[in-house]
Amino acid sequence: MKARVKFRKYGVMRFIGHLDVMRYFQKVMRRGDIPIAFTGGYSPHMIMSFAQPLGVGVTSDGEYFDIELTEPIASKRAIAQMNAVMAEGIDIVGFVEIPEDKKYSGMTITAAAEYKAVLLESGKSFDAVRRIPKKWREQAEQFLAQDEILVLKATKRSEKEVDIKPMIYDMQVTDEDVRLFLAAGSENNLKPNLVMEAFLDFMGDAAEEYPLHFHRKDVYARNQEFSEDSREAHVKGAGLVSLESLGKEIV
Amino acid sequence: MRKLALNDEILLKIEKPARYIGNEVNSVMKEKEGIDIRFAMCFPDVYEIGMSHLGIQILYDMFNQWEDVWCERVYSPWIDLDKIMREEKIPLFALESQEPVRDFDFLGITLQYEMCYTNVLQVLDLAGIPLKAEERLADEPIVIGGGPCAYNPEPLAEFFDMFYIGEGETSYRQLLDLYKENRADGGSRRDFLEKAAQIEGIYVPSLYDVTYNEDKTLASFTPNHPRAPRTVKKQMVQKLTDTYYPQKPVVPFIKVTQDRVVLEIQRGCIRGCRFCQAGMLYRPTREREVERLKEYAYQMLKNTGHEEISLSSLSSSDYSSLKELVTFLIEEFRGKGINISLPSLRIDAFSLDVMEQVQDVRKSSLTFAPEAGSQRLRNVINKGLTQEDILEGAGQAFEGGWNKVKLYFMLGLPTETEEDMVAIPELAEKIAERYYEIPKGQRNGKCQITTSTSFFIPKPFTPFQWAGMYSNEEYISRAAIVKHAFHKQLNRKSLKYHWHDAEITVLEGVFARGDRRCGKVIEEAYRLGCLYDAWTEVFDNEKWMKAFENTGIDIAFYNERERSISELLPWDFIDIGVTKEFLIREWEKAKKGEITENCREKCSGCGAAKFGGGVCIESKG
Repeated sequence: MKARVKFRKYGVMRFIGHLDVMRYFQKVMRRGDIPIAFTGGYSPHMIMSFAQPLGVGVTSDGEYFDIELTEPIASKRAIAQMNAVMAEGIDIVGFVEIPEDKKYSGMTITAAAEYKAVLLESGKSFDAVRRIPKKWREQAEQFLAQDEILVLKATKRSEKEVDIKPMIYDMQVTDEDVRLFLAAGSENNLKPNLVMEAFLDFMGDAAEEYPLHFHRKDVYARNQEFSEDSREAHVKGAGLVSLESLGKEIV
Repeated sequence: MRKLALNDEILLKIEKPARYIGNEVNSVMKEKEGIDIRFAMCFPDVYEIGMSHLGIQILYDMFNQWEDVWCERVYSPWIDLDKIMREEKIPLFALESQEPVRDFDFLGITLQYEMCYTNVLQVLDLAGIPLKAEERLADEPIVIGGGPCAYNPEPLAEFFDMFYIGEGETSYRQLLDLYKENRADGGSRRDFLEKAAQIEGIYVPSLYDVTYNEDKTLASFTPNHPRAPRTVKKQMVQKLTDTYYPQKPVVPFIKVTQDRVVLEIQRGCIRGCRFCQAGMLYRPTREREVERLKEYAYQMLKNTGHEEISLSSLSSSDYSSLKELVTFLIEEFRGKGINISLPSLRIDAFSLDVMEQVQDVRKSSLTFAPEAGSQRLRNVINKGLTQEDILEGAGQAFEGGWNKVKLYFMLGLPTETEEDMVAIPELAEKIAERYYEIPKGQRNGKCQITTSTSFFIPKPFTPFQWAGMYSNEEYISRAAIVKHAFHKQLNRKSLKYHWHDAEITVLEGVFARGDRRCGKVIEEAYRLGCLYDAWTEVFDNEKWMKAFENTGIDIAFYNERERSISELLPWDFIDIGVTKEFLIREWEKAKKGEITENCREKCSGCGAAKFGGGVCIESKG
């Protein structure tokens, strides 16, 4: 049986990097007595795969990993057992069974992620937030109306210029924050800081003067009922649905 | 939510911010209001090293079981953060509360190796505590040192208010109660130090005066206060099974050196190798009962979620219930994906059988530590391992499919000749030859024999505490002799050779047997920028040499002469149970190449029997 675990990451845990979060959850499985399956061989490891790495410093309400279970465990019980052995700053918020079918499982289905960026008084603390300048709200529309949005993207070997516009599915600026709905996953992946850098650059503002904190709201998968060229293919709740919604509660 | 001592900008800029945020599973948070004593427990090295140390985990657990005490952890900030903390004047803080160490009642620093001494000064300096004990004010923490290097505390004497000599489980409660009492009575810092000196195992350096002879050797070492005892007695836990053991050790977020459950099966060692300080300091050998250990293993794995468990002791093969314990661990946990790691096992039929069950034969290697190449020199150091033992063990392993062997030796041992040095590659060659005796079709490709040598450093309280060391150049030339001889071996393509750094050896030698005057060099080296000297990528020998030059301390005086047995040694005021008479006897037997039986074969009357515990009563009962 396959299960998908959803968790929140906040507070000081934002300083724990992706690889260490993976190691952390391996220990949580043991402390929380979750009947997780192992691979065979001399050094068996847990069958566990994470959806989308989260950058150091970023907080989240919707992080995911999938596990293989050796026997069923009720969602409520699994959540309670894990939360009883958790460090402050990570909470389990979901535990659902997902179909064995490859197209639902594994983390290859990740297609989008939703972020919130808030503007900080200073980079020293993510607690003190200031209002988003009026100008940003006015300029967002023009920013998105460009034919292309070219940014320098660093790869392992070199830097290349990429048009990120097709990867921005939605962008909304309010008084409190900037909401971003971006391509994510192994095919196309756009980090929210890259969008904000391009946006500030477009407005002629220096990035250093506008320290931001990023928060991931959720991670989404493609909804198989919508074709790739459908008009709603990149719309939240239509062509894209949250990873959690693809599973069902274990009772 | 706790407020962190470092701001986001800093945490996002430095390497591994998880070193500094605390919040780990099983770390202990308490309400400050109900606490009488705030204790900062420090390992003066980077987090990943410090978190791997069992002794601190034991004491952390013990202190926090006491309701009136809150013990928190402190490690050396890595050099990136060190620089920022100095520039921005951020005081050193403890991980749990994130509050400045300077506001604590005690700062305990464990001294595990000499090359952490500049980090001790870094910790004091960053905390804003004066380096010299005599300059500290009433509201500053009492700085207390412990661990193996505290058995010769003299090079650090002026930086510490006191040292705790021996195992921490026994006298801390008494010391903390005295501290509370003194505070309630309105006693001063000095009052507390004077009273503390009367607790067994506590050494307060400021209550002792030292004079020197014209030849620079020690002339006298005497208390300058009526309450300070002439000798300080090592503290030792009698019944190891019944003492504290952390069943909920802190689980780090980042990968640390010892990222596993550690089960301490025994303390001390029956073997009596003459170079080994731990083997003398922790006498008598005491075991933990196997039933209790099984329970601990289960609890600790459950409470941490670690995927590996390791046994800890100086010589696991000598633990009397080893078979029972290992069989239990394999049967109970192997099926649950838990790795079992068994360091310091003698290679024999039993250990090979166990290793075959717990690790992949093709990937793992066998380890032997003959320490010396020739049988003559192995007799000198009383290492009871013969060439026959090694070839027999290796042979069995090769038949079982192993093809990698690691060998550890020391160069520069007392009485060492060129013949002894050359015997090292010869032994490696014989092991390789034993491998190639197996017919081609039955063996697992080529074999790989990796030999490492370190340079011998005489340590206090060992039979070799009087021995001479060599200069940097001499060490390098000895390693060159060995390297050259490796090239002459028939199977040289299967043999690899590495040797350790000689510069660090020389410094370690000075501080291992140094006296109070050596404190100046440490302080000067620190002023010149030395830090993390155990880290080869940071270590700067030129600065150290400059520090010796600036302070006029003569390395050769501390390292290169053979001390006379009548010389007053800086650590003679400490009583570890093992007597000086025994050490002298052993030193003389060593020079004649005579061996001494281990504690279970025959009691050699070392003096540790006066504690009335462990192997000393077992062998007589």
